[in-house]
Amino acid sequence: MTIILNRLSLLQLDALKELGNIGAGNAATALSQILNKKVDMSVPRVKVYPIEEIPELFGGSENIVVGVLLRMFGDMQGSLMFLLDEESALKLLDMMMIPDVQHVTEEIAMSAIMEVGNIISSSYLNSLSFFSSLTIVPSTPGFAYDMAGAILGTILFEVSEMSDQVLLIETDFLGNGEAIKGHFFVLPDLQSLGILLKSVGVE
Amino acid sequence: MSQQIKVGMADYKVGNGPDKLITLGLGSCIGITIYDKRKKIGGMAHIMLPKNPDPSKAIAKFADTAIDAMTKELEKMGVNLKDVESKIAGGAQMFTFSSSNEMNSIGFRNAEAVKQELKKKGIRLIVEETGGNSGRTIELDLDNGNLKIKTMGSGEKYV
Repeated sequence: MTIILNRLSLLQLDALKELGNIGAGNAATALSQILNKKVDMSVPRVKVYPIEEIPELFGGSENIVVGVLLRMFGDMQGSLMFLLDEESALKLLDMMMIPDVQHVTEEIAMSAIMEVGNIISSSYLNSLSFFSSLTIVPSTPGFAYDMAGAILGTILFEVSEMSDQVLLIETDFLGNGEAIKGHFFVLPDLQSLGILLKSVGVE
Repeated sequence: MSQQIKVGMADYKVGNGPDKLITLGLGSCIGITIYDKRKKIGGMAHIMLPKNPDPSKAIAKFADTAIDAMTKELEKMGVNLKDVESKIAGGAQMFTFSSSNEMNSIGFRNAEAVKQELKKKGIRLIVEETGGNSGRTIELDLDNGNLKIKTMGSGEKYV
């Protein structure tokens, strides 16, 4: 089944938003537990964007960001990504009590940030699996510190083979007041989106 | 006055000197420039994928159809493909996974597809800055054909 993204019904978008909400709520709880700090999140946005606009959502193509990428496999396929700016990444490391980090590309820093991405993604997928009765398995995380356009292009190429538009389910995380701004989003491929909608009964 | 013409993701543009063509944040995508030194006419494409499964649409997103469309436009502007030179950059592998590597090949496959298509058109490829793990921003000066490549960490260079 192929889905035409800009023809998704309000009900379908609502269902995706609710799934996003539950997933992100779980992810925020997990993050809060490892940091032992309060973590807030925004209500997830579920929106269809033209591909070329995506880098603009993250401060422009040349904006330098830290990204953790996980792929999902099983009944659904696609990508999960946790993006944050360098300053937030350093604050996150500080909250995790990783000492003496000068730069996010140090081995211990990358490893810790990947672990955060891993925990967020896994708890997100856990609740998604639970509600949809689909089996979804995450890959190990990958790390990148580079231009937003370059990082995003790497995951967009997959969906872009079939569509000029991309459906993003995205949530902002705010940790420790507003000191840490993280951005988490899910990018299901088109076929998987159909499977997901069907599994929750809004085909 | 020279103007800077921005080429977005999955897009291509052509222009004349002294303008400049620029595309930002190439990861696994490839920036392709084709330039005629004598006429000071050139084009730049930012492709995401190697081969277009449906050549009737999304032509600028794929290496094969983007190069085809861009060269035709250049020819309309009076360019002979025998006179042009091409420079390409991008095709990096942005994420290093400890285990799986099914995503690793897209940058490489893009580069291969671009080279194949250029060869098919009989276009000389004089600079190839592909692979690696870093994103790139490129700017083509249509006045002299110089290509500025900006990489995070290692700064700028002209090729």
